[in-house]
Formats: sequence, structure tokens, C-alpha cells
Amino acid sequence: MALISSLKIFSPSTLTTAQNALSVSSRNSSWWSHVEMGPPDPILGVTEAFKRDTNPKKMNLGVGAYRDDNGKPFILPSVKMAEAEIEKKNMDKEYSPISGSPEFCKATINLALGEDNEWTKNGLNATVQGISGTGSLRIGTSFLSAFFPGNKDLYMPTPTWGNHVPLAKHAGLGVKQYRYYDPKTCGFDFHGALQDIAKIPERSMILLHACAHNPTGVDPKPEQWAEMSKVIKEKKLFPFFDMAYQGFASGDIDKDATPVRMFLKDGHQIALSQSYAKNMGLYGERAGAFSLICSSKEEAAATMSQLKIIIRPMYSNPPVTGARIATEILTNPSLRSQWLKDVKGMADRIISMRQLLRSNLAKEGSSRDWAHITDQIGMFCFTGMAPAQVEKLTKDFSVYLTKDGRISVAGITSKNVEYLAHAIHQVTK
Amino acid sequence: MNLTKSSAAIQCFYRSFCHEITFMATSKFASVEKAPPIEVFALNNTYVDDIFPQKVNLGPGAYRTDEGKPWVLPVVRQMEQQLAADETLNKEYLPVLGYEPLASAATSMLLGSDSPSLKEGRATGIQCLSGTGALRVGAEFLARIGKHTVVYSSNPTWGNHSLVFLNAGFETYRSYRYWDAAKKALDFDGLMEDLRNAPANSVILLHACAHNPTGVDPTQDQWKQIADLIEERGLFPFFDSAYQGFASGDCDRDAWAVRYFDSRGFEMVCAQSFAKNFGLYNERVGNLTFVAKDRAVIEPVRSQITLLVRANYSNPPNHGARIVGTVLNNPALTEQWKGHIKTMADRIISMRHGLRERLEKMETPGTWNHITDQIGMFSFTGLGPLAVDKLIAEHHIYLLKGGRINMCGLNTNNIDYVAKCIHEVVTTTQEASL
Repeated sequence: MALISSLKIFSPSTLTTAQNALSVSSRNSSWWSHVEMGPPDPILGVTEAFKRDTNPKKMNLGVGAYRDDNGKPFILPSVKMAEAEIEKKNMDKEYSPISGSPEFCKATINLALGEDNEWTKNGLNATVQGISGTGSLRIGTSFLSAFFPGNKDLYMPTPTWGNHVPLAKHAGLGVKQYRYYDPKTCGFDFHGALQDIAKIPERSMILLHACAHNPTGVDPKPEQWAEMSKVIKEKKLFPFFDMAYQGFASGDIDKDATPVRMFLKDGHQIALSQSYAKNMGLYGERAGAFSLICSSKEEAAATMSQLKIIIRPMYSNPPVTGARIATEILTNPSLRSQWLKDVKGMADRIISMRQLLRSNLAKEGSSRDWAHITDQIGMFCFTGMAPAQVEKLTKDFSVYLTKDGRISVAGITSKNVEYLAHAIHQVTK
Repeated sequence: MNLTKSSAAIQCFYRSFCHEITFMATSKFASVEKAPPIEVFALNNTYVDDIFPQKVNLGPGAYRTDEGKPWVLPVVRQMEQQLAADETLNKEYLPVLGYEPLASAATSMLLGSDSPSLKEGRATGIQCLSGTGALRVGAEFLARIGKHTVVYSSNPTWGNHSLVFLNAGFETYRSYRYWDAAKKALDFDGLMEDLRNAPANSVILLHACAHNPTGVDPTQDQWKQIADLIEERGLFPFFDSAYQGFASGDCDRDAWAVRYFDSRGFEMVCAQSFAKNFGLYNERVGNLTFVAKDRAVIEPVRSQITLLVRANYSNPPNHGARIVGTVLNNPALTEQWKGHIKTMADRIISMRHGLRERLEKMETPGTWNHITDQIGMFSFTGLGPLAVDKLIAEHHIYLLKGGRINMCGLNTNNIDYVAKCIHEVVTTTQEASL
């Protein structure tokens, strides 16, 4: 009977009673007929539509990848130099350790916490290489799902990166929200955030974007971070930082890491996910890391061993190419200083595009307050446009962005910023 | 052997709830216990620290040249230089399901140009993080979307298989008999009996060729019988193909079992690794081949797998994919690559013959034909735990406690020493009889 009922699940229509009565020797329908099409990816959809558009003035402000002032992907000079150095070393292709190379992990956590930080010096970190930011978040959420001794709920800002929610759920965590973005001001809803955080049940986990919040570009000010740190500590919450834009946000790697370092100084134990996708332009090479800052060396060793047990059944050990590039850059002084210039260059270009967009909107005669364009930081800008306005922007001007009004500032160039300002003004006046 | 999810490595999870944690005074992770070390890595670490000049590493599964060195395939080096010089390339994200030229070439390489499922558009490939990543994605799909709950693998099998499936969402992991320790061969009757008793819808993990760790593969006739049984019992075949080309030196020959199942019209998945056959261990290049009865399910399945991948790692790494994808889509480069595989396979086969000859010449007690009957990187020597311990402790020859040796660790410089030591431990060790 079990056989027949399972037949019903997997092959709903085509078998006759006679065939049902037999064993499943003639399965002429698929195991997979019940599989539904998954929802289309909203960002991918934007890019597909963009590709089909024949308007020569079209702009793709959907996907979050850096572009240079010619609208082209940018390979950092420091990356090219690192690749040349690596080529000379004639390295082998032997398996990486499960946790990635120790050199990579050390350089990465020191990038986040500062070269001479007390936590790494005292061996308090358990750091593993992850498959860029997503993979690092996945390792972290898996670990927390298995080992976090409090509430298995991860509180996320509203809005947050689209993938945070499914990723955390997939790892087995509950997902809840705290207020973050204020659509009235296109800024940080500081009081809303504090109120919501104060209501989070003790011993829960809270996800924080370290800098360049995705998708809004809205970051708390340092004094606001200090307040949040206090409340989070009082409520005994566990902070999980997602830092995908260190250096890329302000152009200054130390400035961008301030909240992470502040929380550690304030006595929190944290989890941290880092990505080199944007700040080193290593997108497809998938270089990132997950860290836990523990209270002792022994604890760091114990948690490290458990992290490896999570990683091995996922993919055994990580891909080296991106990690080798990052390591070369961070540990070679001349490459490192070149990289700091490269990342500042990218951040500066984005900041200047923000300024140009805002000033061009003023030139167009727009009476709206567009201060948030330059107040916000990082790759993305939450313009504040309504879905109907977004639709018009796409339909009438071939400017492609996501329905929530988010634009990727990286897609703006000095050559198209006037057109964009004109288009935005037309749909919002 | 019957593992359930709660008895797997996350047992510490329960322990942590038994302790009262006060956040201010103590760490949140104070109760996390140090996990037991993973055998093959612990073994390797011990080898690395050993200062004995004649030490031999027969532990982890990576190819070594006759000089005992790792080998980056010439065609791979060539490709890397070519890719580095190509100004049109960048580091942009790959699609979620990977680099399409790699995925389609890998699927074709597996199923062959005569494949009915390929010809009918019923087969598709998804780039994954080497073999492990492909197993994991396949397992997650089967558990979460296919709602399969039970998986079987051989006893013994690769050490990581059980956790891959349990962590992917399977509830029950079971073994089917495989290695007959007395005969040092396949326990075919045991295998068939265990599969016959498997509940319908069970996923059956099959090693496509060069079984790890035993090196013992079913014969073609035995594969036919296995296929009959899987069909009859409504089981789902999941192939693990980590050694295509590497086992016999011939890609088509090593894919015979998978292609046979394809010709029978099975739905199945196959995890493919390019770690060994391309020597790209640390670049994590793999493919998940998915074969359906109905081409209409391919797109929905791909869209669901897209969601799984996105929640795991977003998209796969591009470097290794470009190397393999470019080679496999270029006939001249493919020929060059096939030459490399034959070099590796031939060296391994000659080491097998060399070891067997020496043991038989010394009249080492026992039979040693299994060393040349077996295929691929590994050999299940039949050495018991006491003999293994002695080999490691007294002779500095490193192998896994189940008696598995990596044939690639043998070379013309150490084969005499290894044969001599095996002879020594076999003649001086009294193992418990099995």
C-alpha cells in the first residue's frame, strides 16, 4: 500500500489501476512531474529585459556589480599584479584545507579587525574561508542553527538583501524583522530600530550590515551604532555582522569596519561574514570568510572543528584562485597599497556619481528633496520612487532598476548621468 | 550500519541545551565540544610531521608522479596562460547554475554522444563545487523537492557520503553490503539482498567506477542485475562519478554503468568531479547531471535547483570551470587531456602490477590478485587494523585504518620498501579472524 500511495505523490495521472497493482516496474512517468517552476529572480529579470531593449540610451541599474566610467566591468590593477605574482610562484592544485589557507584566513580577519588587533593576537577567532559572502553566511547560519544556545531566530533589518531570508531559513533558522529604513526620509529609522531591538526576546540573534546597507545604502551614524551596541548588549542579543563592502563604501577600510570593531571593544562576541566580491572585484572567484570571535583559544579551536564538520559535507574544501589573489594583495605591501588606491578609486567614482545625479536633478528643476542620494553610501541607492514611477522610468526611458526603486549607482557614468537625472525628473515631477 | 540525523556529527547540539548559559559572564559557545578529527586529514597531518626519511603517504586521494610530486596537467597550465592573456575575460559572476559550456560538455562526456536522454533533451548539467558539491546539491534536491527520506550507500564507502546526505535533509542513511572481506571481492549476493529489502523511493548511491575505497567494481552483468532490481523496487539511482577516465584511462569505458542505466531509460542523477581527472583539486570543478524521463520537467527542476544553490553559495567559481569547459569543447585540447589521463591511469596500473608481483614473489601469506583486479586510485588491501597500525607506527607508511591505500602514493622509489613492509606486518601480525 505504501508503494501505491507513493505512486500517487510522484506520478499523479498516467498509471492505470492495473499498473498500480504491479510493482513499479514500468515507471513511464517522471518522478518530477510535480515540480513547480520556481519564482523568477527579480534582478535577473531586469537584466534580461535590459538585454532585449534596443534603445541606445538604455541603462542597467539593476545588478550590483561595479562598472567603470565606461560602463565596463573593472579588473583592479592590484588584482592583475597579484595574478602575475601568483603565476610566477607556479603553485600546485592540491586540495586546500577545509577551512581555507591559514594565511588567507588570518589576512582576512585582520583586514576586518585591524592589523594589530587583540582578538587575532590572542587566538580568539575561528575563521574559515567561505564561498564569497553567500557561502560564508551559509556556514555561519548553519553553525548557529546547530550550536547557538539561545533562540534560533535571526532578526534582520527591513529591508535586507533579498537572499538573507531564504538563506537563513534554508539553514534552519527562524527569520524575524526589526525596523530599519524610513521611507518618509529615505534614511535610517533610528528610533524605530531601537524600539524594535529593545523588544527582541533575549538570547536571540541579530543581523547587522556593517556598512553600505544593501539595498538602501542607509547606514547608522557612529553615535547611532554606539546606542545600538548598548541596547543589543542589554538585551543579550548575539550580533551577526554581514560585511560585504569593506573599503568599497567610504573608500577607507578602517572607517567601513568601525561598527564591527566597536562592538568587539564593547565586549560583544560576534559572528562576521566577509566578501571580496566587490572590494577586490573578485565576484566570480568566490572569495570570502566567516568568523566567530570567541572568549578563549580553546573555544576558538572547538568551534573551528565544528565549522569544518559543517563545511566538509557541503563541498569539502574551498576554491583557491580568489583566495590566493586576496592573500597576495593583503600580504604584499606594494600590492596592498595599490589595492587601497583601487578600492578608494571605486568608492570615489560612486560618490561622485551620487553628487552628479543629485546636482543634475536640481539642474532639471526638480523640487523634490534628493539629499538621500548623497547621504546614502555604497553600491545602492534607494531612490524613494514608487513602483508606478519605476515602471514609467523603464518603459519611457529604458532605465532598468528593481521595483523597489533601488538603483545600482555603479551603473551610472559621467556620460549617462544627465540622461538619468532627466528621466527621473520626468517621472517624479 | 544505520545512521539517523540525530546521531550524526551535530550531537553536540543537544548537549548545549543541557547547560544553562548566562550571557554576561560566559561565552555563548562555551559548551561547543571539539569535534573528532576527520580521519584522512588527521592521518595526513601525522605524515607531514613525521621526519622519517623513507616515510610513504598512501592516505589522501590525490595523484602523484613517479617522483612523488603533485602534477598540474600540461593542458591545464597551458589553459591558464591562455586565459590570463585573454583581455576579453573578466571576473563577473557566473550564472547560478554555472558555466554552461562546462555543464553541457561534462554532461555529454558522461552520457556519451549516443545518449538517448541527451538526444531527447531530457538531460541537463549544473556546475557544482566539485564532486562533493554536486553530491550535496543533488541530495538537497532529492530531499527537499523530491521528498526522499532514505538513502543507501555501499559498505564501505567514501567517508563523507553519509554526512552529505544527512545534512542535505535525508532522515535515514543505510548501507548495502559491498565488500566481502574473506574473498576480497564484491559481495554481490549481499548487495542484491540489501537492495531488494530497501523501501521504495530509497535513493541508492552507486559508485560509477573505481569504487572508493575498495577499487572493486561490479561486472557489466552484475550492473544489469542491479539495474533490474532498482527498476523493480522503485528505487532512485544516484551515481557518484569521481574518476571518469582516471580509472581505466578510457572515458567511455569508465562511464559504462551510467550509460547503461541511461539506455534503460532511468531517471537518475550523477555527481561528477574534475578534481582527479583534470588534477584541479583545489579549484572545485564539478557537474551534476540530471536525467529525466520527460523533457518537460527539466526547466522546473533547474529553477528549483537555482533556488537551492542561491541559498547555499549563490553561484560557482569561474576559474576552474573555464579551464575544463574550454578544454572539453575543443577537440585538440580534449585529445591532449585524454593523453594525460592515460598517463596517470597507466602509472597507477603499473604500480598495481608491481606491488602484486613483489608480494607474490616474497610469498606473502594471503592472495594478492585483488590488487590488480581492483581499479582506480585506491586499493582495499585487506590488511586488518593491527597490520595498519604497525605499518604506520613502525614503518612510517600511512594508510587509512580500513586498509585503503592510495596507489598514487607508490612509485619506483618506494615500491620495494612498501612491499617489504607489507610482507613484514602480514607475517608478524595476528588479526582477529573475520
